[in-house]
Amino acid sequence: MKREYPPANIPRRRFVTGAASVIALTGLAGCASQAPHQQAERRPSAELRGNRFDLHIDYLPVNITGLDSLATAVNGSVPAPTLRWKEGEEVHIRVHNHLPHTSSIHWHGLILPTDMDGVPGLSFAGIPPGGYYDYRFQVKQSGTYWYHSHSGFQEQTGLYGAIIIDPADDDPVAYDREHVIVLSDWSDEAPEALYARLKKQSHYYNRRERTAVDLWQDIRRQGIAATWRDRAMWNRMRMSDSDIADINGIAYTFLVNGLSPDANWLGQFSAGERLRLRVINAAAMTLFDVRIPGLTMTVVAADGQNIQPVSVDEFRIAPAETYDVIIQPSADRAYTLFAQSIDRSGYARATLSPNKQWQADIPAMDHIARLDHRDMGMAHDNSAHTSMAGDTMSAMQHKRPSHEAHAHHGHHAMMSEPLPDTPAPAGQGSKQTFQHAATEFGVGVDMRAGMPANGLSDPGIGLREHAQRYGRKVLRYSDLFGLHPTRDPRDPERELAIHLTGNMSRYMWSMNGVMFDDAEPIILRHNERLRFVVVNDTMMTHPIHLHGLWSELETGDSGHIPRKHTVIVQPGSRISYLVSADAIGRWAYHCHLMFHMPGMFREVRVVGGKV
Amino acid sequence: MKKHYVLCAALLAGPALAGGKADPVLAKFMVDEVEQRSDHQQAFSLQGWLGTDLNKLWLKAEREAHDGSTEDAELQLLYSRAIAPYWDLQGGLQRSFSEDGSDDSVVIGIQGLAPYHFEVDAAVFINDQAELSAELELSYELRLTQRWILEPEITLEAAAQGDSENGAGLRREEHALRLYYYPEREWAPYIGAVWQQLYGDTADIAQRRGNPRQQEQFVVGVRAWF
Repeated sequence: MKREYPPANIPRRRFVTGAASVIALTGLAGCASQAPHQQAERRPSAELRGNRFDLHIDYLPVNITGLDSLATAVNGSVPAPTLRWKEGEEVHIRVHNHLPHTSSIHWHGLILPTDMDGVPGLSFAGIPPGGYYDYRFQVKQSGTYWYHSHSGFQEQTGLYGAIIIDPADDDPVAYDREHVIVLSDWSDEAPEALYARLKKQSHYYNRRERTAVDLWQDIRRQGIAATWRDRAMWNRMRMSDSDIADINGIAYTFLVNGLSPDANWLGQFSAGERLRLRVINAAAMTLFDVRIPGLTMTVVAADGQNIQPVSVDEFRIAPAETYDVIIQPSADRAYTLFAQSIDRSGYARATLSPNKQWQADIPAMDHIARLDHRDMGMAHDNSAHTSMAGDTMSAMQHKRPSHEAHAHHGHHAMMSEPLPDTPAPAGQGSKQTFQHAATEFGVGVDMRAGMPANGLSDPGIGLREHAQRYGRKVLRYSDLFGLHPTRDPRDPERELAIHLTGNMSRYMWSMNGVMFDDAEPIILRHNERLRFVVVNDTMMTHPIHLHGLWSELETGDSGHIPRKHTVIVQPGSRISYLVSADAIGRWAYHCHLMFHMPGMFREVRVVGGKV
Repeated sequence: MKKHYVLCAALLAGPALAGGKADPVLAKFMVDEVEQRSDHQQAFSLQGWLGTDLNKLWLKAEREAHDGSTEDAELQLLYSRAIAPYWDLQGGLQRSFSEDGSDDSVVIGIQGLAPYHFEVDAAVFINDQAELSAELELSYELRLTQRWILEPEITLEAAAQGDSENGAGLRREEHALRLYYYPEREWAPYIGAVWQQLYGDTADIAQRRGNPRQQEQFVVGVRAWF
């Protein structure tokens, strides 16, 4: 039987009225909460406004794929209610945990005190079963953000929702109507089961491995020699060039605002309106490529922060990133918002339409890319500078640091590379060549990028040819420039190199070859300005999230550095961003792909005084 | 003792607070082959492990039977430790059963994936008479399509000394070719052929007992893991 959801297409102001019927809504009209706690049926995600909120985390029976399943919901909805705050005000959120497990909520991208950040083990102990936690902090920013569980794999099961913060002053972005677009990936299987399956057979979801049929076609097309050159490297490395997403549409149903493509979330507009879409990727493991055929999108904010508007046909959004785009549909017709997964194994879809009955065509999925030398960290050619485990032909010998040079770093040292005393000035990125840490030469690392490209202007695997192939302009990080002048104009005092590492076949993920459980924290001095240089020594695309501090992406204009909270590090590539360590505390720093996160994780500790 | 310590430590480690547990204790059970061979023979080969990313308790079992009665069987209990990204070092005990009774050996082996995707399982055995033998298994998955896989496999057995059943030097060579069809990732029925050649004294002894020096068989079976 088909579910029926009230379409979440009511304009914002009416929506607020509608939300009054939702349980546990507090603060709005002073109507103090505590409706009886019950979780019977799924509701559309409400928008809650004000300064005081009660959020109830509990299981919720859902049917998203046609099978009955159990989600983790907030106030009975998946996604969790949208929270609407005002910049400069203090908010007080009491989060009740009705699960039999510890839970937590992390306010993703928010600048707040460390004990409000919601990371069990770093910020606080977590919210015990049956308990609650009072989050109380000043809202110091505006824009589109989101919140999610930081406990176990709860986020995968539905515990995510949008945060919209209205600016204290006039909004530089003009719009007539807005819609929140929360993208996510849903599986009826428990996330622990998916993770275990990847540990047992890491290529389980890759159904595009090279076959003899491909081989025959390639030989006929390009000859034996060229085909051999293509295949030899991958086969020698024991890797697959179709390994683009660990988990994909075989396991996942991709959702917009909690609705499957069939359920078709509907957002209304009137022709001629300026429509602001607040797009949030709340997926556990899926990068989406988003477009609206027939419309140009003007990107006005990245990760909640206003940027100089840039018009594109398509953008990639990684888990935890947010983009605000303005569209102006002039025609009185329906449009499809189409978000295909990075490996083209499935899509999320919604309809934007003036009329509830209308739908637009769903486009076919784009061509399927294969990883190439660039993604292996061989930026220039196939001269095999990338060193593979056990590959004696590689440049491993001269890349491997001598024991003498690294003797003082110790086994789990985080400062993997001795970098020069005077880093390049702010805005231009690191000019430093790098070495791999001694810890990167262990069983948990199957690849080290030898010549990592600068990932800044790379739209990423699958999107690189879209200009030629489809005539689409695709957003690149190098298009992002802050709308406002750079807050902290200081040059970095030092550079910190982080290598993203892993062993695909064992499904192990780490930083600098060391998993979180075995790692020492990264120590930052309070108020220091430094540059993070992140090198991706894997073939996967990793969105790296730093809590509590901005990641200021160096896109070329030191006067308008865009601030992000989550930065894509392209496969086999490097990227750098500046960080002002202006918040003392213990912050999480990790890959936001849920199943990479347990290992590819560090504590970043900002300490006052002398380190 | 060491493997117990490692496993207990893994089980007792608290849950990772900041996310899911990075390195949970998992178990995998692999039915590599369960097959009926021509000439009324049956064979199976099973493997299972329990453990974490780098440390596992590994069980291997093989049995060849004729009309249901065991001709040869081997059971190995190993501690397996990752020593390189694609390689595990394995050590433990083997009990082998034949028509003449059972025999216990210490096993040291290496299992993993060689460049160009060759699966390797190599081990040396020292039995209670201090006799040394070795076994090498090499296989390759040739992916015809996403579901059809052709797998050639080579097995070599050699020994330093002879005994009542076997000679010294290269004893046995087996080539197998199996064609699998995977309706799901987890299981596949297959058909194939196995060609086996015995050498030297091993072949002579087999022949005296009425067994062939050389054998070709057709096989049909199923493979699965979970």
